[in-house]
Amino acid sequence: MVKSQEAREVVGDYKAGWHDSENSTIRFDSGLSEQVVRDISELKNEPEWMTDMRIKAYRHFVDRPMPTWGNMSMLKEIDFDKICYYLRSSGATENNWDNVPEEIRNTFDRLGIPDAEQKWLSGVTAQYESEAVYHSIREDLVEQGVIFLDMDSGLREYPDLVKKWFCSVVPFSDNKFSALNTAVWSGGSFIYVPKGVHVEMPVQAYFRINAKNMGQFERTLIIADEGSSIHYVEGCTAPTYSTDSLHSAVVELIALPGSHIRYSTVQNWSANVYNLVTKRGIAHEKATIEWVDGNIGSKLTMKYPSVILKGEGSHAEVISVAYSGKGQHQDAGAKIHHLASNTTSKILSKSISKDGGRGSYRGMVTVSAKAENCKLNIVCDALILDEKSRSDTYPTMEVANSTAKCEHEASVSKVSDDQLFYLMSRGHTEEQALALIVNGFFEPFTRELPMEYAVELNALMALEMEGSIG
Amino acid sequence: MESEEPLLKIVNLHAGIEDTKILKGINIEIGAGEIHAIMGRNGSGKTTTANIIMGHPDFDIEKGAVSLNGVDLLELETWERAKMGVFLSFQYPQAVPGLQVGNFLKKSVASIRGEDAAKGANFRGILKSSMKELNMPSSFLSRYVNDGFSGGEKKRFEILQMMLLQPKLAILDETDSGLDIDGIKTVATGINSAIRGTSSGALIITHYSRILDHVKPDKIHVLIDGKIVATGDASLATDLEEHGYDWLEEKVAAEGEK
Repeated sequence: MVKSQEAREVVGDYKAGWHDSENSTIRFDSGLSEQVVRDISELKNEPEWMTDMRIKAYRHFVDRPMPTWGNMSMLKEIDFDKICYYLRSSGATENNWDNVPEEIRNTFDRLGIPDAEQKWLSGVTAQYESEAVYHSIREDLVEQGVIFLDMDSGLREYPDLVKKWFCSVVPFSDNKFSALNTAVWSGGSFIYVPKGVHVEMPVQAYFRINAKNMGQFERTLIIADEGSSIHYVEGCTAPTYSTDSLHSAVVELIALPGSHIRYSTVQNWSANVYNLVTKRGIAHEKATIEWVDGNIGSKLTMKYPSVILKGEGSHAEVISVAYSGKGQHQDAGAKIHHLASNTTSKILSKSISKDGGRGSYRGMVTVSAKAENCKLNIVCDALILDEKSRSDTYPTMEVANSTAKCEHEASVSKVSDDQLFYLMSRGHTEEQALALIVNGFFEPFTRELPMEYAVELNALMALEMEGSIG
Repeated sequence: MESEEPLLKIVNLHAGIEDTKILKGINIEIGAGEIHAIMGRNGSGKTTTANIIMGHPDFDIEKGAVSLNGVDLLELETWERAKMGVFLSFQYPQAVPGLQVGNFLKKSVASIRGEDAAKGANFRGILKSSMKELNMPSSFLSRYVNDGFSGGEKKRFEILQMMLLQPKLAILDETDSGLDIDGIKTVATGINSAIRGTSSGALIITHYSRILDHVKPDKIHVLIDGKIVATGDASLATDLEEHGYDWLEEKVAAEGEK
């Protein structure tokens, strides 16, 4: 497989400084090879160590078999040769929406991003296909030394910082898809919050896949220095096509002593997108990492946000919801490793399945032998809306220290006719009644989201309940 | 303009669940401003009557008619009946975890009385005064609907909904059970102020005469085995209290033999 002539020309141009190609489009031919990986790196004019890492990761990806768990039959359907691994739709990352190509700007307008930015965000990055098309951060944060860039700019402007932490939490060899991401990554966010700085309002990243058979492989690295805090929010959507797209991200969080990172996701990919993501953070002494993870869309999601509690007194929370409708499988969960003493963790997982959808909770919590006095709390609730749908729980707990206090609760429930009748007697249609029950079920999650996102999620679920009553 | 038709009219209602007949010919007419009571033992068909008026899907109507101001209720969905002004205070209110009381009340008022009724100082004013009348703290609004409520809290919450939704016809299914005497007085005050002197009506379903001492129904219907065997004024409740249902059953049997 070779990249398209057009792409090769631009790569050629790049060496000569392709500054004039502001409106150009680069689309690599479908399929993956070592040459494609080299071309991506070359196009980005990356340092040699990154190119080398990409190549090593690519080789590992090729050698590594598909996971033998999760939804193997769906995984088998992924045709890696049909996917486009790099596509650029605009010339540069702009910091003024007026300079973003009109069609793309309209898309983000419709998604409400510029509006949200005005009202309640500290910074925004908007990624379209493989590259960030828009990026901005509030001036006062820049003055305090906060770095918030797309990952490519991060590598260009802060190569030492990136080199130090890149792949330090999620090695490329972690799994097949972390290897793929490391080989072909493009875009994502790079964030560094200096010591003691609190970023009060959230920063947001929005990921949009627009093209058919697209592969989006953003890479995010967040470093919160001692005593700092940040809340990162991400959203994502894609158009619906009859052919599949692949989204495979890697997110690495480093919470240095006493810092606090909250990472919130509302994933709403269209039902033709495979969403195979590796998210992991390391919490140092007395640091906190929270994953607030909502999975509403996609065809198959396999995602288990993880926290390594490395420092004494550190804390982890994973609060997640998953909605599986027709043809969807949400295989989601959490992993937490208690490596140090007096560490605490909380997992709350809520899943709803409907119209033959399948929801799985897959969780792993470990406590190492030398970690004293750890506390773990795990709650998994599933709500099944009809007979066709399915919910499974795969919890694993490995506790090697007897001082650990573990609590685990799981429940599976169904919506009863009496519940619906009660709500309908208060003037709500059957669909509205179902939406009230479903949104209530998700409430412990939505209350953790910024208000604007919570409202959006509730509206989204109400939409999913429409036409659901036979 | 109110129609000439009575508020609620039930004519020769026969109904059951699967193969079991429960109601065997019920006739009730409630006029505007009237409060009626249905008394009877467990299993006599009281709750079935309430559920059928509200439109519970489990029941099959064999024959008969139920109308509100002349409009055939049996043709309408439950939520349409609610919008027409039918309200049921449930014997066993359902819990909806995660749905906050305040949010639910606002949504229900908006759905039944319109968006404007659920907005602004007016809504908050009625909400506050109603909750005060029912001795409910404002923290109640952030709890989840019927989730972990005590029996008394559930019943008070049903009455709170009634006060906010301002129904034309309020059916109260054993709202008095699980309440202490002060609770019953509070609920009775709520019912009286919502119905007396208005164009609304109420149907109180109960085992006991306690609540009727405070509400003073215009008519009492006694239901035995799916049939109304006696209809009378408030004194019927006193008779039942003194002699029990056996007395009435024997009387009915004796009449049947004639």
